[in-house]
Amino acid sequence: MGKAELPLHAPGTQLDKGYIGQSVPRANAQRLLQGRGSFTDDLIFPRLAHVAFFRSPYAHARVKRLDFKRALRSPGVIGVFDGRAVAEYCKPWMGVLAHLKGIRSPEQHAIAIERACWQGEAVAAVVAESRGQAEDAVGLIEADWEELPAVVDMDEALAGKVVIHPELGDNICFKREHDTGGVDEAFAKADVVVEETYNFGRHTGVCIEGRAILADYNAGEHSLTVYHATQAPHMMQDIFSRHLGIPEANVRVIAKDVGGSYGIKVHVYADEMATAALSVMLRRPVKFVADRLESFLSDIHAREHKVKVRLACTKEGEILAFDLDDLTAIGPYSVYPRTSGIEGNQVVNLTGGPYKHQKYRAKMNVVFTNKNVTCQYRAVGHPIAVALTEAIVDRAALELKMDPAELRRRNLIPDDAYPYTFPSGIKFEKLSHHRTLDKLLELMDYKSLRAQQADFRKKGVTRGIGLAAMIEVTNPSPAFYGVGGARISAQDGATLRFEPTGMVTVLCGVTEQGQGTEGIFAQIAASAVGVTVDKVRVITGDTGVTPYGGGTWASRGAGIGGEAVLLAGRALRSNILDVAAVVLKMDKAELDIVKNEVVNRLTLEAKLPLAELGRIAHFRPDTLPVDFQSELTVTRSYTPRQYAFTFSNGIQASYVEVDPETGFVKLLKHWCVEDAGTVINPMLVDEQIRGGVVQGIGAALYEECLYGPDGQLLNGNMADYLVPMSSEMPDIVCAHIETPTKQSQLGAKGVGEAGTAGAPGAVMNAINDALAPLGARVTAMPFTPERILVALRKI
Amino acid sequence: MKAPSFAYAKPRSLEEAFDLLERPGAKILAGGQSLVPSLNMRLSSPELLVDITGISSLAGIQVGRTFRIGALVTHAQIERSAEIRKQVPLLAEAAAHIAHPAIRNRGTLGGSLALADPAAEYPACALALNATLVLLGRKGERRVPAGSFFKGLFETDLRTGELLAAVEFPRVERSAFLELARRQGDYAIIGLAGVADGSGRRIAFLGAGATPVLAKGASAASSLEQALKALGNDIDPPADLYHSSATKLHLAKVLLSRAWNTLSKPH
Repeated sequence: MGKAELPLHAPGTQLDKGYIGQSVPRANAQRLLQGRGSFTDDLIFPRLAHVAFFRSPYAHARVKRLDFKRALRSPGVIGVFDGRAVAEYCKPWMGVLAHLKGIRSPEQHAIAIERACWQGEAVAAVVAESRGQAEDAVGLIEADWEELPAVVDMDEALAGKVVIHPELGDNICFKREHDTGGVDEAFAKADVVVEETYNFGRHTGVCIEGRAILADYNAGEHSLTVYHATQAPHMMQDIFSRHLGIPEANVRVIAKDVGGSYGIKVHVYADEMATAALSVMLRRPVKFVADRLESFLSDIHAREHKVKVRLACTKEGEILAFDLDDLTAIGPYSVYPRTSGIEGNQVVNLTGGPYKHQKYRAKMNVVFTNKNVTCQYRAVGHPIAVALTEAIVDRAALELKMDPAELRRRNLIPDDAYPYTFPSGIKFEKLSHHRTLDKLLELMDYKSLRAQQADFRKKGVTRGIGLAAMIEVTNPSPAFYGVGGARISAQDGATLRFEPTGMVTVLCGVTEQGQGTEGIFAQIAASAVGVTVDKVRVITGDTGVTPYGGGTWASRGAGIGGEAVLLAGRALRSNILDVAAVVLKMDKAELDIVKNEVVNRLTLEAKLPLAELGRIAHFRPDTLPVDFQSELTVTRSYTPRQYAFTFSNGIQASYVEVDPETGFVKLLKHWCVEDAGTVINPMLVDEQIRGGVVQGIGAALYEECLYGPDGQLLNGNMADYLVPMSSEMPDIVCAHIETPTKQSQLGAKGVGEAGTAGAPGAVMNAINDALAPLGARVTAMPFTPERILVALRKI
Repeated sequence: MKAPSFAYAKPRSLEEAFDLLERPGAKILAGGQSLVPSLNMRLSSPELLVDITGISSLAGIQVGRTFRIGALVTHAQIERSAEIRKQVPLLAEAAAHIAHPAIRNRGTLGGSLALADPAAEYPACALALNATLVLLGRKGERRVPAGSFFKGLFETDLRTGELLAAVEFPRVERSAFLELARRQGDYAIIGLAGVADGSGRRIAFLGAGATPVLAKGASAASSLEQALKALGNDIDPPADLYHSSATKLHLAKVLLSRAWNTLSKPH
């Protein structure tokens, strides 16, 4: 059989300007599609032990007695441990940060001691020779429980009749108020005031690969190697080091292939910390892979907000002010180390974000409940802020009898108004709301679509169009976590190594989660150095190998990691030319590198193949002048400095058909025009957007973690928890405006979360646009058939 | 999760199977599309799985006075059979709604009926078609009409030591199968399996009770209006995670309205 080769570039690709902006197929796609990916669970070690957890069946209960006698006698069992035993080896933590003023959370242990605070919290661990044997023994653990009152509803949590953590006095984890002043006056003089309350269901990110960790403690050198499905290997290295008492340099975290993350794999999980501690305790490798059922019980959940929002505007449609009151529930602990206060904080920061009003007031309460913890999941806070902003803007359009696109046009921040400070205090470098709006309306042929919608209405077919303008936080500076005391790197480094055969190895702190990070790093490196992309190999996800970095989150991979690769690539190119100048006895300024050759810069005449240069520099430096040293490994770092965040912007549209008899929503089409700055690989960017849109549609129509009044998760499986599936998804049309950020040379703003940020709002507005002639409106996500039928008064 | 350990046997004959089924904790394994997940979730812990897929007399479709479909015939085979599509189209239509192709390739007619999930497609079809279930045991054969086979939630007339060998369906060309599922391939919120011939209509609902439910009043009604009224007495669907009983009844009425013309047009 012949060797299967990936094409170097997609048909039609222009390579005159290097690979930036080209749809280069990524090298790892073929390996993954051939089933040759290597995930944490694929690893086999001698003496590998497996852990399974005994989890609380109650939402809130005191553990009066744990009896391990029968479990310890079960075949294959190596040990059974409770929270106290593991706490000897693993220090507890607290999910608070200094810049979220007043945020509080109790100490959390790797395995809960005495009390479980949500259904699914682990209270004991069984280590056995196989996972099946560990599960057998879990079934033999005997426990006496004393059920405690569970706080499930967030209004009850806020009221605080039952306090989950008595030492805190109430159930409030964090609250924030923001006021520009003048809000009441703006509402008093407004011609139109609209108010509505929106509910956002609690949901979770469902990764194809569940959480997985294999910890291998080596007592001989007091070192710990952790193979971990994670987005942030260096953050985890620091955490394992500090909480297990092992010097940082002795801890190595390796993220092999990771099967999707979406923010799920960027947090500290108690069961994963326990796994690492058990490896230290037992002095052997121990593996934990969350199965699907325990993923639903223990992977972070997200959202669950109830938001009252008011908007004031003039009769000409000028928005004067937003007034916001957000209540959100996070489970019994603020998650370490990023805290569970960020999502609510983002809602306060971003609500009203695309618009030019000057008055803004917000109030936000984050409360504890006895459900699984929530934390940062793809687009953190954005889907809430965008949906409630865009829904109340559409509500105002309805009131004003104004076309929703026109109302937006009148209020979007002008494209020439930058730099711009938004009333919440955030600063925008340069956005392009009007250009994205214009492009969207053209792309979807808005006028014709409105005419088609009207025709269908006459025929009794209920269709709706929804728009959602958005801003998106990307490329965070230390303002996100570092200033609050979190040991989470805002900088990322890249090392580029020139190999003897003329190939380039790239090592970067940003990780690959399946989204194609390594692919774009190869494109950037190839373009920067002057080699073809097949000459580049990328290595990520190993603290023992790559430069230090934050990893993958907050749409930072391209903008921060990519910039570091670019800077290192340019430096390497210069260093290679130093060698070439010496070998060729020419002036460096006369030389350049094009397609793996050193060439004359003016004539492009080939002077020296890079493979030959590599041979000389590595194996025959004796032929070079005695005072010359080649430097063919280069490291550069990058941290955004001028702005706290680089903001991207965009706008989405959804076209739906609602069946008023069944309450079913059919998604007909979806559009997204995004300004992510420099687009490095259009194909990957579009797929990122499409995947994000689908997750946003999940929030709007399908996904919700349903809890009973006793705090039991009712739908924690793939049959009952509805993730969006391909059959129901519409075609998603993507287009781009490119306003590169001037903070970096690459100009990429980041795009990983944009789709998820805008889609729920667009779908919500489309459904309400369809329902408007029928006198119905829905405000609680997900929009199930029943919720739509109730709004239509059919039941 | 990992399944608890169990023994496995694959008999080559019915006699051998009956021997094995007498052992304590024995359970029949056919396509495994419901049983294997339940093992992996530790919801079920049989001591012995008796894999009947090697018994050739349980396979195949025989066309005679009635349609006799062996218990081991898969959903995919039913979906693709030209004979079934022509002569018992209800089954072919229903098969296309069962889960996803990978599941339809392994899941069997007998497995679905013997499990008796009230939300599944075949039990309602069997009821609407008044199918005859052929049960075999060491003592011989019992022929049970679908109306008496489904006893309760996941409960059937099958006795210990018996297995479902085949199902006999009458030819009924006029039929309607409709279901509402939020995602293609999910268990339906509610579904309708209806047939009509010279002797009248038989309309059954899935997802409408502990067993598939024959809507007797609605079936006998002379107008849609009467039928819709009667349906409220025929079924009392249990709420599910996302839909109240009232919503499901409303949706059942929508399906009834949509099927009515098909099941009513004169020959």
